[in-house]
Amino acid sequence: MVIFLQNLVNALQWGSFYALIALGYSMVYSILMLFNFAHGDIFMVGSYIGFGVSMALIALASSGVLAMPNWLILVLTILFSMFLTSFVGMIVERVGYRPLRDAPRASAAITGLMIGIILETGNLALLGARRVSFPSLIETMTYDMGGVFVTNKKIMIVLVSLLLSFALHQFVRRTRWGMAMRAMAFDFAVVPLMGVPVNTMAALTFALGSALAAAAGILFGVAYPVLDPYMGILFGWKAFVAAILGGRGSVLGATLAGFLLGFTEIFVAMIFPSTLRDLIAYSIILLILTFRPHGFFGEPYSARLRL
Amino acid sequence: MRKGSLFGVCVLVVSLAFSPSGWVQAQTIKIGINAELTGDIPKVGEGTKFAAQMWLEDMKAAGGLAVGGKKYPVELVIEDNESKAESAVKAATKMITEDGVLVIVGPQASKQAVPAGGIANNYKTPMISPWSTNPDTTKNRPYVFRACFLDPFQGPVLANFITAEFKFTKAAVLYDVASDYPKGLAEFFKKAWEGLHGPGSVVAYESFTTKDTDFSSQLTKINNSGAQVLFTPQYYNEVALIVQQAHQLGWKKPIVGSDSWGSAETVTLCGKDCYGLFFSTHYAAAGATGATKAFIDRYKAKYGYVPDDVAALTWDSLLIVQKAIQDTGGLAGDLKKDRESVRVAMSQIKKFKGITGEMTFTGTGDPIKCAVIVRISDAGQFEFYKSACP
Repeated sequence: MVIFLQNLVNALQWGSFYALIALGYSMVYSILMLFNFAHGDIFMVGSYIGFGVSMALIALASSGVLAMPNWLILVLTILFSMFLTSFVGMIVERVGYRPLRDAPRASAAITGLMIGIILETGNLALLGARRVSFPSLIETMTYDMGGVFVTNKKIMIVLVSLLLSFALHQFVRRTRWGMAMRAMAFDFAVVPLMGVPVNTMAALTFALGSALAAAAGILFGVAYPVLDPYMGILFGWKAFVAAILGGRGSVLGATLAGFLLGFTEIFVAMIFPSTLRDLIAYSIILLILTFRPHGFFGEPYSARLRL
Repeated sequence: MRKGSLFGVCVLVVSLAFSPSGWVQAQTIKIGINAELTGDIPKVGEGTKFAAQMWLEDMKAAGGLAVGGKKYPVELVIEDNESKAESAVKAATKMITEDGVLVIVGPQASKQAVPAGGIANNYKTPMISPWSTNPDTTKNRPYVFRACFLDPFQGPVLANFITAEFKFTKAAVLYDVASDYPKGLAEFFKKAWEGLHGPGSVVAYESFTTKDTDFSSQLTKINNSGAQVLFTPQYYNEVALIVQQAHQLGWKKPIVGSDSWGSAETVTLCGKDCYGLFFSTHYAAAGATGATKAFIDRYKAKYGYVPDDVAALTWDSLLIVQKAIQDTGGLAGDLKKDRESVRVAMSQIKKFKGITGEMTFTGTGDPIKCAVIVRISDAGQFEFYKSACP
């Protein structure tokens, strides 16, 4: 039981990252019918931007110019980095995808892969192959709850990711922008005729997705403080699986699928030898998709409309 | 007149041709140093050269190398191999065929040592590489030796160390299944540990794949397996993540690693979480005692910095060479015979006390030697803890 609960906690943390990254995939995919394969690398860039911002804020705080506690630095780092990374997302959209909007989907997907490589190697050229150590902004507190160990960082990560998912959900459901996004997901061809600025909406979609990826990147840095330029690749693939599993156009679905993916990975490793973890975990996911090809909350008819 | 000069030339040629080359050799013992003085790893070559020059000083101060009751002056032939395989081959060939060296020390890196070892073996000239850990350097080459241990060797060493130090009987292993070095080491450790404590004594044998960052599931398993110690032969970036996550999951027992931990980055990335942990390596400068400390102090006083493992292993290699030459009991004066007798003597060196540990050769080029166990101190430094033997 203790082992189960401990792994539940582990899976909640691990799933949080998948959920946040999957949201970005899911939004772009549902609104623009586009696989943004560079998204995992935007996550990486967000993490590095977070590193830069936090180092700058720490320097600012320690020099006495602007004294602030560490938790405030962390909050500011998350906000600033989300803001800055959203521009990275918008640039990627403007440079990489907009010119190809009417091109075959395969071209756009390949563009995404290329942008990913550019971001990775660009980072490598800029900072070198040395691993970067993310500053530990908050002291790790480990709580022993009857044999189940929970840290303050784990709690924070899960809460922040749930909060951001919820905020995005509200944004999509309650605002005019959100309504426009849903409309675009429903029918990309007709929506511009209704006076919706498609280019602005596409940029907004990328900005939101990238901001969430940046948040994931910083939380990742807090939990796993070793950053390297290629850290986003595998994460990107797996979060993409979560996005598909969640169903096109569903914020709730992507979040749930992200957590489900984390749970599957952690619990498969709990039951089976860890060498077989991904083999078994992704076979299970494949099986689920076989029976629910549109994911949990996918809407098959809208996909049919688009195609 | 013409006849006379011709005769003179004839005499000169004949005398040159017949003068035993060993006659010259008997006067001086030439040791070749095949070093990476330029190229990718000049620091390695520098350490090699400095250690060799310190040894030469000792020889000169002693008035030469005493072999079989006779003193021979010593000469070093230092060649730069530019950190390139082909240059290392060229340097080895030149030293053997032109300079007439008795023994070659170096090259250091396996990239150079593997091809150069082939040349030395073909020319039947003993060669010792201080630093090359690749098995191929000495494999099926009776004339090639090394002064360091091989990678797989650390498994049994650490199993013994943990058993003796902590009296533990249950161990857990966490390793990267997709990388050769950790995978090999994990297997060797498991085998050695089960040899000591019986089958099933490795209570958790968990793996992950390269680039994984979350080990919580594996560590939870390890935590609940009843293991008393965790062995993880990973590189510095993974070490930081594994150790931190283990502590966050309530692991308070020792974590032990291998020489891949021996990078300054380990402590930079891992921080306080790594303090007090142990790993095995070739040599540790901080906290050294006895002859090792004497060497470090002397080197530091002379060259201004603390010698790394390359310099220490080069020093040991030269002492091995010295001992092997002395063990021959006397040089015949014929280079071919002397090289052979040095090879035989070197392959039989027993319980040689080097500054990087005690070494014994058992007829092959790889020494049985003790590794150094390093403890990461509370100041984040790599401190000599003890030497551990297989």
